[in-house]
Amino acid sequence: MIRRSIEKTGQKFIEFSQIVGMMGIFLYQCLLQILTPPYKLSAVIKQVHFIGFRSIIIITFTGLFTGMVLALQGYHNLKDFGSTDILGSAVGLGLIQELGPVLTALMVIGRAGSAICAEIGIMRHSEQIDALECMGIDPYRFLIVPKFIAAMISLPILTFIFDVVGIFGGYVVGVLLMGVSEGSYFQGMYDSVDWADVQLGLVKSFIFAILIIWIATFKGYFLHILKAGNFGAEGVSRVTTDTVVLSSVVVLASDYLIGSVMLN
Amino acid sequence: MEIKQEPKQIINISNLSAHYGERRILNNVSMAINDGEIMVIMGSSGSGKTTLLRSMLGLKKPTSGTIQLMDKEITTLSTKDLYKVRQQLGVSFQGGALFSSMSVRENIQLPLCEHTKLDQKTMDIMCRLKLEVVNLSGYENLMPAELSGGMLKRVALARSIIMDPRLLFFDEPSAGLDPVTSAELDELIITLKHAMKMTIVVVTHELESAFRIADRITVVDQGDILIIGTVEEVKNCSNERVQNLLNRRPRNDTINADEYLRRLTGAA
Repeated sequence: MIRRSIEKTGQKFIEFSQIVGMMGIFLYQCLLQILTPPYKLSAVIKQVHFIGFRSIIIITFTGLFTGMVLALQGYHNLKDFGSTDILGSAVGLGLIQELGPVLTALMVIGRAGSAICAEIGIMRHSEQIDALECMGIDPYRFLIVPKFIAAMISLPILTFIFDVVGIFGGYVVGVLLMGVSEGSYFQGMYDSVDWADVQLGLVKSFIFAILIIWIATFKGYFLHILKAGNFGAEGVSRVTTDTVVLSSVVVLASDYLIGSVMLN
Repeated sequence: MEIKQEPKQIINISNLSAHYGERRILNNVSMAINDGEIMVIMGSSGSGKTTLLRSMLGLKKPTSGTIQLMDKEITTLSTKDLYKVRQQLGVSFQGGALFSSMSVRENIQLPLCEHTKLDQKTMDIMCRLKLEVVNLSGYENLMPAELSGGMLKRVALARSIIMDPRLLFFDEPSAGLDPVTSAELDELIITLKHAMKMTIVVVTHELESAFRIADRITVVDQGDILIIGTVEEVKNCSNERVQNLLNRRPRNDTINADEYLRRLTGAA
């Protein structure tokens, strides 16, 4: 009984190590291809449209309501201390450093990450990836690299949109509804937010882009190797769910790590 | 006196074994395919024929053995070199493996777009020519979802011959097709061989189709090659497993009811 459970744990550990190793090699190969021109501009533009442009509406709404909630909560907390003047600073820093990159990444995971994983998983299942290989076309270069490049371009831009709309949402609630002076809202923000904060947000969104596409494409591409239930419709649904869960956790964990490194 | 020249071998497999996990799929098999012939690899489901095909294409890494494809040892080739070899191959997959987001034209032109610098007009002409070969003229603007199973396979075939390959592989070309469409596809395979001087490898379990198109047949069963020979040689083979396959006999002719019940219930 004890021997069997030790064997089972050992087996699980070996499988886990193999998957981690495969993920590392996969990322290395993808990054190598990203750094090697030529690039298919049309494929990158198509992916920027899918990952970036088509996420704008959802990012705008999320940013708007996040900014509004942030201002509402901030106003009520700061009012007790008579410090509503620093509301702009709280909203600006909160959005630019933390909520902007993280919530944008989570939205992109739900909208594009899951779709990318399912798309590649189905392509693997229906032998389309094998067909590419048999035509002498490198699937990494053809399928995955454009997604990486597009996400690395799109996520910082989406984060910027999120931040701007969020600050506007904070303005609507803080200044127009709660009566904080417009001058103190923007001056507080101007005084406290500096270039390093903007840089931190952009670096985060850039790293999140790599993490999201890495996990989504890996899970779909190796659908046949990962033990995802039945290799078929159920397998695709499982890896898609795994992608959303794992990407979200990894984004939150890396948010802390990047923050702790860059803020120190 | 006329000296008969030995046919040139385009594929040479020797002592090939392949596993999926612990399970052995191919058991030390050796075979050769001659230039310009139609070789049909035949066997029941799970016999290892698709694994043999995937090994020839370099999609499945064998456990041991060698595969020479057009004088290149593909088991030791780098990925980049393997892609170069594959540019001389055409493969038609069981389900067609067309890209659903691309039109018929875009699917067929994909290898040209990736490997050549031809202008769009030339690629359009080539696409129309290949569609004519597979009797699908005028379908270039349709999407794969708008095509029937037989049409999908013919588009996949058009895509696989767009680069005029020396070697063409088919995985179950007649699977899921009605007898008429299946016969049409068989005729097309024979026409391709004669018109384009291709070597064609077909993996199938359809006996009629195999006998219709094959120059030679390889019968695979449980990871072993049972016979390689002409249609007549295969039909006259005395091997019991070959005859079981040809006569569609199940592996165990007689089922002992008591034994079956004992196995089912797990009774001692």
